[in-house]
Amino acid sequence: MGVEGIGARVTRKEDKRFITGKGRYTDDMVVPGMKHAAFVRSPHAHARITNIDASAAKGMPGVIDVLTGKQIKADGIGNLICGWMIHSKDGTPMKMGAWEPMATATVRYVGDAVAVVVADTKAQARDAAERVEVSYEELPAVIHAVEAMKPGAPQLHPEAENNLIYDWEIGDSAAADAAIAAAAHVTEVDIVNNRLSPNPMEPRATLGVYDAAEDHYTCWTTSQNPHVARLVMSAFYNVAPENKLRVIAPDVGGGFGSKIYIYPEEIVCLWASKTTGVPVKWVADRTESFMTDAHGRDHVTKVRMAFDKDHRITGLKVDTIANLGAYMSLFSSSVPTYLYATLLSGQYVIPAIHANVRTVYTNTVPVDAYRGAGRPEATYLLERTMEIAARELGVDPAELRRTNFIRSFPYQTPVIMAYDAGDYDASLDAAMKAADWAGFPARRKEAESRGMKRGIGMSCYIEACGIAPSAAVGSLGAGVGLWESAEVRVNAVGTIEVLTGSHSHGQGHETTFAQLVSERLGVPIDSVSIVHGDTDKVQMGMGTYGSRSGAVGMSAIVKALDKVEAKARKIAAHLLEADEGDIAIENGELKVAGTDKAVPWFQMALAAYTAHNLPDGMEPGLKETAFYDPTNFTFPAGCYICEVEIDPETGKTEIIQFVAADDFGNIINPMIVEGQVHGGIAQGIGQALLEGVHYDETGQLLTASYMDYCMPRADDLPSFDLSHQVTPCPGNPLGIKGCGEAGAIGSPPALINAITNAIGTENITMPATPQKVWVAMQ
Amino acid sequence: MSEVTMTVNGRKVSGSCEDRTLLAHFLRENLGLTGTHVGCDTSQCGACVVHVDGKAVKSCTMLAVQANGTDVMTIEGLAGDDLHPVQAAFREHHGLQCGFCTPGMIMAATDMINRHGPGNLDEKTVRGELEGNICRCTGYHNIVKAILAASEAMAKGAGAKAA
Repeated sequence: MGVEGIGARVTRKEDKRFITGKGRYTDDMVVPGMKHAAFVRSPHAHARITNIDASAAKGMPGVIDVLTGKQIKADGIGNLICGWMIHSKDGTPMKMGAWEPMATATVRYVGDAVAVVVADTKAQARDAAERVEVSYEELPAVIHAVEAMKPGAPQLHPEAENNLIYDWEIGDSAAADAAIAAAAHVTEVDIVNNRLSPNPMEPRATLGVYDAAEDHYTCWTTSQNPHVARLVMSAFYNVAPENKLRVIAPDVGGGFGSKIYIYPEEIVCLWASKTTGVPVKWVADRTESFMTDAHGRDHVTKVRMAFDKDHRITGLKVDTIANLGAYMSLFSSSVPTYLYATLLSGQYVIPAIHANVRTVYTNTVPVDAYRGAGRPEATYLLERTMEIAARELGVDPAELRRTNFIRSFPYQTPVIMAYDAGDYDASLDAAMKAADWAGFPARRKEAESRGMKRGIGMSCYIEACGIAPSAAVGSLGAGVGLWESAEVRVNAVGTIEVLTGSHSHGQGHETTFAQLVSERLGVPIDSVSIVHGDTDKVQMGMGTYGSRSGAVGMSAIVKALDKVEAKARKIAAHLLEADEGDIAIENGELKVAGTDKAVPWFQMALAAYTAHNLPDGMEPGLKETAFYDPTNFTFPAGCYICEVEIDPETGKTEIIQFVAADDFGNIINPMIVEGQVHGGIAQGIGQALLEGVHYDETGQLLTASYMDYCMPRADDLPSFDLSHQVTPCPGNPLGIKGCGEAGAIGSPPALINAITNAIGTENITMPATPQKVWVAMQ
Repeated sequence: MSEVTMTVNGRKVSGSCEDRTLLAHFLRENLGLTGTHVGCDTSQCGACVVHVDGKAVKSCTMLAVQANGTDVMTIEGLAGDDLHPVQAAFREHHGLQCGFCTPGMIMAATDMINRHGPGNLDEKTVRGELEGNICRCTGYHNIVKAILAASEAMAKGAGAKAA
């Protein structure tokens, strides 16, 4: 390992601009003639639009135009789509209801876009939006998925009878039933996985610029995957052909999944720019973010887990109802199916698994992937069930887990996934040691002497990252391939640009990707620039989500570097009159092994471009492209332990310690990996303790600001105790598994297991607010 | 419309804006100082913290006209020839990821250290003081570390000029 290579704790190259206020986010972009958009949104959860009168608004100061759904439809702009086809168990395709970029006839959630005002200033646009008179005929609304499935419930889309989108299953139902029938013990648990709002600190924003002379569009947008945005806007929404549409995602202030999707606003601002003849910028305020950013989770599940007399799991049966909101967001269908039920084996040998998943429309904002996406839901139900089972069986929760750990790899689960590597004992041991598990009874006793309730809980999680082999996800219904691209450009002076289809919005790619190049070529990371987020610069890419940028994005860079090195070796061998096989690349030189003959990296690069003296037939230049398609998912895993103290007078939970022992395979930059885990744990603690989206029964969003939706603050959290156990991933060249989501996946059950351990009842739902905890203790 | 004049990052500036224009928007839109961020509508998130007459202020809680005649420092004005010790500590301790909350965090942290006196902070105090600044990326772990480190560095005299 060099000082800047793989494994080095290098400070981030990108930090200087962020700490000096020079970051460039979408809302910071200004172009000549730019005007501002404000959306008119539905105040009702479900209503028919009977009339839109924009005459007063059009006369307001600064207003350029007011545009409606009928106009965008007339111009041929298409409806929003869900890009992953799921079939019900009866073979019928999922029921995708129409999602218009601006509603023409019916609104289906509070915040549904109805019209857009374009004006000189943002304030003028918002003032005018208030004056657009929309007449509605209110319809009954339904908010909870279970209610939406009942006879007589309000119906959202004519395509979806009883609001059912699909009724899907995986695994062997008869085998799971048989295991339960024959079990020595069955643990039954009802699980609610609470609805969350992702809340990246930068609100969504977009700037649409139409150039009439070139008939060309530029879309600045807060996206995790600008190429996917361009593809979808071209292929499905009919905005413009790909060669006439440039999508740029500059600095993006966090995503956590919510910025994967293409929302109505990008489409509308591009179209509005052409319609009005001016560049159009829209920036969400926080209330709009709460109302319109895709939410996460929102599952209701019944679990039955069967054990034999030796406490071995013999079967698992899961029945889940998932709320997908008013429309099917871009990848919404995949989250409660292939990103969820395929992880139901957890870290355990479970011979028979069956899951049934029904997804349902409700009058709420669409639900899609949020950090972890399906895997937190799977982990939460498994690890709550394991904990409750241990308590019912009267065995140590760690021992129950050990009894059932998978220890032989590769391991084929009954639910598609084939785990390639792992050592679950290692992370459990490390976490228990770090948490001083053995010393807990004494700590509990001491807490009791102060009148406090102390509890400890663990969770052993697994996830599937690095999505994924394209053919595999294609066979499961994905509308896109999930490979990644890289281009390595060696300039004539030897500096290097790496163009990647991954997108960094906090993950530190500009540093870690440069570390990989430094490791391979022995050049300082300062001479390496990472280029991303612009469809005019990077040809194609699939973006960043699902903890895939290391395992997939960096593997593509490895492939491109292989090609660059091969050509560089040929050039160096020619210059040094040596055999190509004897050339070693290190410390910025190409050396003839075992001699003092060497050519500096920059001189080789210059030779590639002067082309005065290249091997016969070699093309000038040094630039290589690679596309990497993974051969399998990767399987990060670990053990989290949380210890809490609860004040019985108030029900308030204080987290005393939080230990995370993770196996992410090989690590490029430990500092950055630790940061990812810190942030993930904070979001998981947020879900378990603080956060929850609430709609009232009429569909009004009650948690639409930071005064109502409880974001984790610094004093809600402890410092975290982290360690890494490493089993390299055999499936990719760097042995990387991915680390972006683990914290959010593993932490909620650990915390709830600790709280229920402290208060002695299982009857608590997330978020475990002081009120709920206090009530549970009575 | 009102005319306002203030000193921003040591330079006298003037501009006209609507009476309702917030200081945050005046800085961003009139002066092009886009380092000050707007992350919420309710003065909760703290991404917009600047210093007004030496004190940390959420610039979304103040009208631009209220700042008339004041001395404002934004994130762009914090560093001298070198980074301010708080900026340096955020980089050294990985106290930022996406960077969006970072300017407000750094301005709030600088004010925090100045109020308590360099070297006089502990973890509990820092966590309590950060009540008005939300970060969604870091879990605050490294932000707390960075602020404590900056406080110690400043106690030893680092950045005396910049501070």
